[in-house]
Amino acid sequence: MTVTQVRTEPTSRGEQVGAAQSAAPTPRRRPSHRARSALVAWAFVAPVVVYLALFYAFPLIRNIELSVRDYTVRSFIDGTAPFVGIDNYLAVFRDATFGPALLNTAAFTVLSIVFQFAIGLALAVFFFRRFPLSATLRALFLVPWLLPLLVSASTWSWMLNSESGVVNAFLEAVGAGQINWLTSPQFSLISVLIANIWIGVPFNLVILYSGLQSIPEEVYEAASLDGANGWQKFWRITFPLLRPVAAITLLLGLVYTLKVFDIIWIMTRGGPAESSTTFAIWSYRLGFGSTLPDFSPAAAVGNLLIVLAFVFGLLYIRMQRRLDPS
Amino acid sequence: MNISTRARLAGVLALGVVATGSLSACSTPSDGESANSEYTFWDPYPQYDETSEWAKVIDACAEEAGVTISRTAFDTSDLTSKALLAGQQGNSPDILLIDNPVISTLAEAGLLTTAEENGLDVSEIEENLISAGQTDGDTFGVPIGANTLALYYNPEVLEAAGVDIAEVTDWESLTAALEKVVAAGKSGITFSGIGTEEGSFQFLPWYWGSGAELTDLASEEALSALTLWTDWVNKGLAPNSVIGNTQTTSWEEFLTGEFAFAENGTWQKASAAEQGFEVIPIPAADGGAAPAPTGGEFLSIPVQSDDARYEASAQIISCLTSTDNLVETDNSLNYIAPTAAAQQEQLDADPTLAPWVDAVGSAQGRTGDDLGTDYPIISEQLWTAVQNALTGAQSPADALADAQTQAEEGLE
Repeated sequence: MTVTQVRTEPTSRGEQVGAAQSAAPTPRRRPSHRARSALVAWAFVAPVVVYLALFYAFPLIRNIELSVRDYTVRSFIDGTAPFVGIDNYLAVFRDATFGPALLNTAAFTVLSIVFQFAIGLALAVFFFRRFPLSATLRALFLVPWLLPLLVSASTWSWMLNSESGVVNAFLEAVGAGQINWLTSPQFSLISVLIANIWIGVPFNLVILYSGLQSIPEEVYEAASLDGANGWQKFWRITFPLLRPVAAITLLLGLVYTLKVFDIIWIMTRGGPAESSTTFAIWSYRLGFGSTLPDFSPAAAVGNLLIVLAFVFGLLYIRMQRRLDPS
Repeated sequence: MNISTRARLAGVLALGVVATGSLSACSTPSDGESANSEYTFWDPYPQYDETSEWAKVIDACAEEAGVTISRTAFDTSDLTSKALLAGQQGNSPDILLIDNPVISTLAEAGLLTTAEENGLDVSEIEENLISAGQTDGDTFGVPIGANTLALYYNPEVLEAAGVDIAEVTDWESLTAALEKVVAAGKSGITFSGIGTEEGSFQFLPWYWGSGAELTDLASEEALSALTLWTDWVNKGLAPNSVIGNTQTTSWEEFLTGEFAFAENGTWQKASAAEQGFEVIPIPAADGGAAPAPTGGEFLSIPVQSDDARYEASAQIISCLTSTDNLVETDNSLNYIAPTAAAQQEQLDADPTLAPWVDAVGSAQGRTGDDLGTDYPIISEQLWTAVQNALTGAQSPADALADAQTQAEEGLE
């Protein structure tokens, strides 16, 4: 109801404004004119504010609310879930899955980013020296990025199948014997890591490549005149000048990797025996993995992920401030 | 001047859009309350569009009840959360067709009406099949059809290995047959031991076939069942891939023709017939058919604010579960009908269904025995134990002991 009033008011005022302006505006009206322009400013901001509130603030607050109450399927429907404070978080910390999930999440994220970044940077530098077919080859490297995750993950789980996968067929052909990539607790995390690195390389390649293009050519020329070799040029020029781009690439990579779900779910379901369960997988399993959803702990795990990403976001902002003295 | 006027106009318009948007959002539910002859129907059959027989049967039944139907098909895994959310927002569909283990969850949430409230006649349905929809003596839905698991075999592989299928009657003779097949250079058995509900579903015939009960995961009988599976994998009688197999990937393995046996469901019988595969009931530990879990969906009537709507909904459901419609629907879904009369009609038309009618007859509901919403908690521990034992992360005995402890904690 209040919304309707807001709507009718500016309309009528708008008409007044139009009328007042077509006539000669008198100086006395200035203050109200300023108030009106403030109102107009708010009207412009309103869609963004409403959008943010509806699609960002509300889900976030709802998720926090879910995690500090004890929701069962019944209380989820009738809204009578009792407030339990941080009990759900404590239960999550005490859960036998917490330790392995934390380790898996850390290993998965760190190793993914390190390899994606290193390979992406190496490829970016490689393709930066333009040579025949370099554009075509660079485009081909984007394929993993263009494929739907469902397709890539299914293809990887085919290739890594214990009995009929092409990877094991090759290993057996060279006499290395069968590795249970997806079905042994020792290898499942490595398998999903390999797939995730493969998917993440093009993203790093593209951003770092565009970063390279912004480094002025003269710097390299000057270095050549001073007799710097290729290695020195990379470590003394390319790497330091690439730092701002590298920072944002790493941050985006981190946020993407923390929340990776599809690849792991399709390839291993977080198993076997929780050996590839990350926080994202755990949260999903709690909330939707069985026919009896456990919303409150699922939301708690999800919030932990958000906090993690947020902490690294703050780190990034601090780092950027230090890099940029102005 | 011109610009600022235009800008103001745009701002005003933007506000107007937001205001009308939120207003109409507020008014929708009250529109839906008024007497409305359009009934909503949700099912997990996205493979059937509006031109399919299934959609036509629903429309015909709605017409008989004097209403129109608006049907929405969801992916099975999506439907549970959709149904819960809709319940929370007070806009549940009039009729909900949903996987049978979910019925107890939705009933627990207070979202479903009992047969007593909605006036549905459930007397015709076979007792073991409707048990999945019953809690504390209340019935929350009727099965549209049932499927279950059995043991498919490849006669060519068995013949080449010199195995007589008639001798496979219990676990010991089955393991002996697997050993013979593997010795002859073929693969033994494939199943799905994945770490989801599907894995529990596949393990249950062996679990129940050992005499174990879901209320005690750490029993001797339970141990014997898990040891059977673990030994198969360790001795190479079952491939390592069973740990990650879904029922579909397991079936794909069987289709290669390399395997002697595959545990799979009623829904593969057409594919099996095409390949010349045959089927026997899953043997219990000491012979006889093991009880397999029932699969298939239940028709239910979610709670509405206007309880006058139940009458037409119940009428539509009775029509959908009349013998003629059941036979037609279940034939196209590869299901066995849930009533004796409809089963007889299916058998008359296709006598090869006999082993399946028997299997469904001895099957039992997962959420039956008054387990209800305890089942999902127990089942999660069961599939975890299976995964831990098959991968060698734990011995079967430790895996089951842990599972029992965790299940007890979860049920507190």
